[in-house]
Amino acid sequence: MLIDQAAEFDVRDYLRKEMMPHFLCPGCGHGIALRALLWAVHELGIDKDRLAVVSGIGCAGRLSAYIDANTFHVTHGRPLAYATGLALARPDLHVVVITGDGDCLAIGGNHLIHACRRNLKLTCLMLNNEVYGMTGGQVSPTTPEALLTTTTPHGNTEPHFDACALAAAAGAGFVGREVTLNVPKLKELIRAALTHPGFAFVEIMSDCTEIFGRKNDLGSSPEMMMRQKSELRPTAYRDTVDMPFRPNHLPTGILAKNDRPEYGASYRRAAAAREAQS
Amino acid sequence: MNAHDSTLAGRPKAKLISGNHACALGAVAGGCRFFAGYPITPSSEIAERLSRSLPGVGGVFVQMEDEIASIAAVIGASMGGVRSMTATSGPGFSLKQENIGYAAGAEIPCVIVNVMRGGPSTGMPTRPAQGDIMQARWGSHGDYPIIVLTPWSVREIFNETVRAFNLAEQFRSPVVLLYDQVLAQLSETVVLDGVPEAAQADRKPASSSPAEFKPYAADADGIPPMARPGAGYRTHTTGLTHGESGFPTQDPEAVTRNLSRLFSKLDRNRDAIDSWQTVQCDDAEVLIVAIGITARAAARAVELCRARGVRAGLFRPITLWPFPEAALQAAAAQARAVLVPELNTGQLCREVDRILGGTRVEGLFRISGEPIVPSEIAERAAALVRGA
Repeated sequence: MLIDQAAEFDVRDYLRKEMMPHFLCPGCGHGIALRALLWAVHELGIDKDRLAVVSGIGCAGRLSAYIDANTFHVTHGRPLAYATGLALARPDLHVVVITGDGDCLAIGGNHLIHACRRNLKLTCLMLNNEVYGMTGGQVSPTTPEALLTTTTPHGNTEPHFDACALAAAAGAGFVGREVTLNVPKLKELIRAALTHPGFAFVEIMSDCTEIFGRKNDLGSSPEMMMRQKSELRPTAYRDTVDMPFRPNHLPTGILAKNDRPEYGASYRRAAAAREAQS
Repeated sequence: MNAHDSTLAGRPKAKLISGNHACALGAVAGGCRFFAGYPITPSSEIAERLSRSLPGVGGVFVQMEDEIASIAAVIGASMGGVRSMTATSGPGFSLKQENIGYAAGAEIPCVIVNVMRGGPSTGMPTRPAQGDIMQARWGSHGDYPIIVLTPWSVREIFNETVRAFNLAEQFRSPVVLLYDQVLAQLSETVVLDGVPEAAQADRKPASSSPAEFKPYAADADGIPPMARPGAGYRTHTTGLTHGESGFPTQDPEAVTRNLSRLFSKLDRNRDAIDSWQTVQCDDAEVLIVAIGITARAAARAVELCRARGVRAGLFRPITLWPFPEAALQAAAAQARAVLVPELNTGQLCREVDRILGGTRVEGLFRISGEPIVPSEIAERAAALVRGA
């Protein structure tokens, strides 16, 4: 179903109203991320019938059920692999993956690096709330050092992952990061990712107020979002400040972009060339 | 069935091909247009052949980063409406189990080939075994139904691969094609004319209006129609327990109703699913029950027994799961004893014993990585008749 993209964006046009009320905790940033995605979909005029959303397990994984599109809530860590099959089999669909930091970087880490390398046209939104929220607040690959979780009672002693650096190193055609505080900016980043011809990876810094914030006395949701903002390091600074990756300093915006050939088109071209020869 | 049809060499359409080759040909004939896999002995030839043949029929081959990604991509492609398959062996089959359960629960058609090799763990990659009989049935967590087919010849691998796709589509179920390393790499002369045509039974498409459509509301046959993405239905698919709407529920009544239907859709269609072969069972005093390469040896053992005056017969499930129980009971009606030779420590034997309670059931097991030869089966069968 095509919605008039000139019309003002109304998020309700893209939600399954029968699924309301949603199950996200008060203050959770995931709803803001969802709104930004749907806003970008609206502005680009993507037909809901042609939109497929594949999500994994965890709080982020639950978001697909709220979207009025073709939605697939699959197994833990595997949404990129399911989406790879779906997008290869149905290049006419616009396939978006919604995943979390545990889903994407821990149990699904292998799929992420190979999706980046393969460069099939997919848009992957990783909602990073720095914790396993659904299971009660265990340490995740993106939990900052020294912070408390239910499985790091003495403070996290593992260094945390920079997902964007990982995605860029693995060859993703588009890599970006944004926080939920500035929704129009987040929408613009997702919009740019959706129009990228290859694999696009977007890390969205979300906040888990109820579980992670409470455990670490990080305050209310606005306070957590302001903390994220204080840690931002806009991309423009990169040219002037030679700063290797440091925890708690988040570059935002489009962090990497390249024009490597898109996998599906390359595959079809090579296969057709071989068929023509034989 | 066709095991001994090797006198056809020289005829125009006769081909000398391996079991894995036959599987790849059967996949294309069965309408497979998407294959995702990961290299593993002794199944890799299926992937290699499909990487060459699928583009020519408008299909896609992709080698994924691991076994789990392969089954996930296959299910993803099938969710997009395309007949899809993966192939693997024991270690990969273990890794795929969680997602096979997803396909069973979410009712996504797909075909999984498992070429059995020696186990456990890495085991004996180039040696035959039949140790995945129970894993094929019960390998994923939770309670779910599944269809498993066990061919015994190169020609039958071709036919059963085609049938696997049709059953998967018709019943919206994962279908496992289970055969052993010997059959995978055994070359036999086959004639592939008169082959079953593909796409005999595509999944039922959604036909009601999008507003009225409930993705897990079944027709009278227990099978719900499946909406194709892009057709306007915008449905939700999940591995969580769900009701007719497809959305998660933990309502005890809705959960029970949907899961019960999941089982009943196979139970009430057994005529279309069950398949078996009997060889001289009518007057058999000793019945041999076997699958795959062991059934080939058992068929010869029946001849050896009969030549010595021992009335032996063979019962061979072709659809292994759901097990053709009634057919086995009928075949064993006259038997004083039943012998189950197999390349494991008694997985099939245990099931046969359960079904034929009261009849003497003995196993002939081998886990050395070598097949069982006909004379061994014949000797044991003859001894059973003597009461030894």
